[in-house]
Formats: sequence, structure tokens, C-alpha cells
Amino acid sequence: MSNVLAIAQKELKGYFASPIAYVVIGFFALMFGYFYWALLGFFVEQSARMMGLQGGPTQNVNEQMIRPVFMNASVLLLFTLPMVTMRTYSEEKRSGTIELLLTSPITDFQIIVGKFLGAMGLYAAMLAVTFIHMGVLWAFGTPEWKPLVTGYLGLLLMGGCFVSIGLLISSLTRNQIVAGFVTFAVFLMLWVINWVGPFMGPRVQAVLDYLSITTHLDDFTRGIVDTRHLVYYVSFIAFGLFLTARSVDTERWRG
Amino acid sequence: MIEVQHLTKRYGPVTAVDDVSFKVERGEILGFLGPNGAGKTTTMRILTGYMPPTDGKAVVGGYDVQEQPIEAKRRTGYLPETPPLYPDMTVRDYLDFCARIKGVPRAERLGRVKTAMERTRIADVAHRHCGKLSKGYKQRVGLAQALLHNPDVLILDEPTAGLDPKQIIETRQLIKQLGGDHTVILSTHILPEVSQTCGRVVIINRGRVVAIDSPENLTSRLRGSETMFLQIDAAGADPKDTLKAVAGVTQVRVAETRGPVTVLEVESSQGRDVRRDLSAAVVNRGWGLLELRPMRMSLEEIFLHLTTEDTAGAAAESREVPVE
Repeated sequence: MSNVLAIAQKELKGYFASPIAYVVIGFFALMFGYFYWALLGFFVEQSARMMGLQGGPTQNVNEQMIRPVFMNASVLLLFTLPMVTMRTYSEEKRSGTIELLLTSPITDFQIIVGKFLGAMGLYAAMLAVTFIHMGVLWAFGTPEWKPLVTGYLGLLLMGGCFVSIGLLISSLTRNQIVAGFVTFAVFLMLWVINWVGPFMGPRVQAVLDYLSITTHLDDFTRGIVDTRHLVYYVSFIAFGLFLTARSVDTERWRG
Repeated sequence: MIEVQHLTKRYGPVTAVDDVSFKVERGEILGFLGPNGAGKTTTMRILTGYMPPTDGKAVVGGYDVQEQPIEAKRRTGYLPETPPLYPDMTVRDYLDFCARIKGVPRAERLGRVKTAMERTRIADVAHRHCGKLSKGYKQRVGLAQALLHNPDVLILDEPTAGLDPKQIIETRQLIKQLGGDHTVILSTHILPEVSQTCGRVVIINRGRVVAIDSPENLTSRLRGSETMFLQIDAAGADPKDTLKAVAGVTQVRVAETRGPVTVLEVESSQGRDVRRDLSAAVVNRGWGLLELRPMRMSLEEIFLHLTTEDTAGAAAESREVPVE
């Protein structure tokens, strides 16, 4: 465990010692703020209109404002997380520091989990910045806090899937740009994989819907923690890390 | 301390290391010598557990590198060809991180880092970023990293590469000090380094061990024939035939003629000292014997000899192997 922590801390410090952390957090905070502002404006306008109508439906800030903000934020992960994971392994391979890690008395899996936790630490910091946005809502209204918590949990798990794939792809190449771009391409594919579902027949559609990484986020943003989705995300992450371990091991044989 | 048995490593059709076996005793300093691409780095990478061998096994400190990698790695310090530094970390942070992943207990970490920095003389750059250091400092930070956990075995891949002459001498002295407590394998293609620091040499070429011996033994063993260097003032006469007539002389070459002085190289069969007879022959003719000394094969020549001769079939090709 202390080895895992050592690697995770090193990774996290590495992000903040280079511009990556600041660029990624800055971009995420900016775009999140923009979505928040746009959707809040829309919600306020909508509420004003509804108040004019007698007996109109009551407005719910969780359903009509926070939930779309979460869904939009998940799009941002598509762009930001490849930047976080692209250098995890490729940089170590290119600079030769991978020799230090692989000849130290730690296991490959400790290295991988350490790197995963390091990237997740940065991602958590990214999400933490947005607590400010959400906190402001309490100053002017009374949103429910539970769907907010599950929404963040959903985003964290979905990001975990992306990070584990990002690690895998980074372990396959020593070129950061290639790693970043391929990671982005794979994320995008996982995003839109169920778009062709409706005209592929119900059976294929069910499979594609299950594979699509976004369909599982929906319930979380509604305040529902469904074990199906939990199992999906957790097994996705575990599988990604497992494949990374295989990839690092084959790399040893190839030299 | 280190035992390598029939180690073989193939990359697809290329055999980088071919049936290499050797043993290193505790406290010994072993030099690994060979041209670029001979398989030095591959052998070291197998010993450190960085990559598995295709065949054969390596035992470090009593632990099989393949079977019990964690135990073996705990006892090994490794300096790769390019020092494995993180450019964004300060030297102190870097060494602290290395100490952690090498399993140095928290209480000892500070002291170990300090000792390693002192031994490698890098204390003055402790707070600088690794990426901003000169090549010489980078190399020494890499060496400090290998020493941190006080390993039984040190494996150093070209430890003096990129250092200036003063640093080279200091590093060699450090390595010599380390031998005794630690078992050291160092690779190099700088020949004097081997004769100055190592007790034993493994010469490796094209993945195969060509010779294992002490530098002194290698020098004497490889003298297939004795060669004498002579300068004679023969007053215009040609001394060649006179010298050739001396018993035991097999060949005489005139290297140079400077006025009355002739410079010659005389070869004789091995184990026969022809100096007495040669000088007598020269003096009896009334010539002046200006110089007479045996020519020794330098380690360079031995090295070239070994790395080109053993592959007689591919001699033409292997002669082109550059020795730097």
C-alpha cells in the first residue's frame, strides 16, 4: 500500500509541477462555469414564465438545472481526461524512467494502481472546483443535496473508466500525442456507440446501450444509485487496469 | 552473489544474448566489456529484472530474478544507460521518492538520501530540478539512486559516460570503494576503465562471452607471440638478415629507416626470450644497439583481437564493429 501511495503522490505532484494540471483544471472550470451560467439563466427565465401562469408545474432546480449541467460536464471529460492520462506511461517509456520503476522492488500492479489513483486525484481536484458553483445555489434556493452527491459519484466513476482506458493506451506507445489522440478517439467511440442502436434491432440495441458509457451516468444524475451501473463502472475500471497490466508485461518481453 | 546460467535473449529473429554464463563473488568488481550492441545492456536488464530472459536463469543475492523478483530487486541497485530522472522533480524529492519505492523505512529515509548525496557529491544541487542538471550531475544523481537502499549488488551501465575527466576519476574511485561491501558489475567500452577498476573482465561480443579473466591474465594469455622493438645504428648496412639468423626469431619487419638508424619489429615464438641473442648478434657486428624492448599487447589490441578473431567466418563484417 505504501508503494501505491508513493507512486500516486509522485504522479499527482508531477501534474502540478508541469502546466498540465493548471491547463486541465482551468479549462474544466471555465467550461463548467459557462454551462452552469447558461443553464441557470435558462432555468431562471423558465421559472419566471411559469410563475406568470397560474397553477403551472413547480420548478425543480435539481431536475431542470443541475442534471443538465452534470450531463454537459461529462462531455468535458472527453477532452480533458486524455490530456491527464496521455503521458502516464508514454513519458516514462520515452525518458527511460520506466526502468527505475520496473527494477524497483514493487509489482507492476502497484505501479498501475498508483498511477490510476494519481490521475484520479487530479480529476477529483477538477471536480472539487465545481463545488463552488453548486454551493452558490444554496444561497438563493433549496436544492436537494442527495442527487448532487450521486451525480458527483457518477462523474467520478465515469472518469475512472476513462482514466483506466487512458492508462492502457498510454502504456501502448511512447508517443504522448498518439496516446492522447487515440484515447480521445476511443472515448468518443464509447460515447456514441449506441447511436446506431435504434436501427440495429432490439437485441443489438440493448447490448450497445449497455456498452455506452453515458447511459449509465443518467441514473446517477437523477439521484439513483443502481447496482447495475455501479457494477458496470467498477468492472470497466478493473478490466482497463487489468489490460494495462498485461500490456506492461508484454512490453517487458519485447524489451 | 550473482550467478548467470546459460542466459539467452532473443528479440524475434535477433539473438541479443546467446548462452551467457558467469559468476560473480561477493565484493568483486566485474567489468563488462564489449562493442556497442554486444548485449551488455540486455544482460544487465535481465539481471535487474527489467526484462525476462528467453532462456536460462539469473540468480542475484541467492534469489532467482524470475521466480522471486521482489526479493532480488530489493538487493539490487541499478543505474541504466540513461539516468532515469524525472525532470520536474528536485534532486532531493527524486531521491526521496526512489527511497520510498525501494522500501527504505521512513525513519531511515532522510539519512540514506543524505549519505547517497554525499557519496556521489551532489549535495550542492539538492534543490535543483533534475531536468536542469548537467550530464555529469545527472549521471551522479542516477548513481545516488542506485546506492540509496544500500544494495548487495550494484549494476552500473556505463557509469562514467558523459562525465568530465575529473569526475571520471572520482567515480572510478567511488566504484572501487563500493567493491568490497557491494558486488559490482559495470559495463563500459572504455578499456582503461576496466584495467583500473575491475578485478575481472567479461568480454562479450555479439551476445557471446569471448573471454572471462583478470585484465592482467588477459594481457599475458593473449600474447600469442612475443614481439621486440629494436633500434639499431647499422651504419648503412641492412640488419634484417643478421637478425633473422638468430635462433627463435620467426619474423623481422623494418618499420622505419632514419639515416643510419633502422627501426625494426622482431617476432619470436612464444615462451622464448631472444633478447640476449639479439643483442649479442647486433653487438658482434659492431653496430650500435640503441633500443631493445618487448612490445606488450594493450587491452585495446586484445579487445580488438578477441572481438574480431572468434567469428572468423564473419571476420570481414565484424571487423567493422566500431570500438569506441
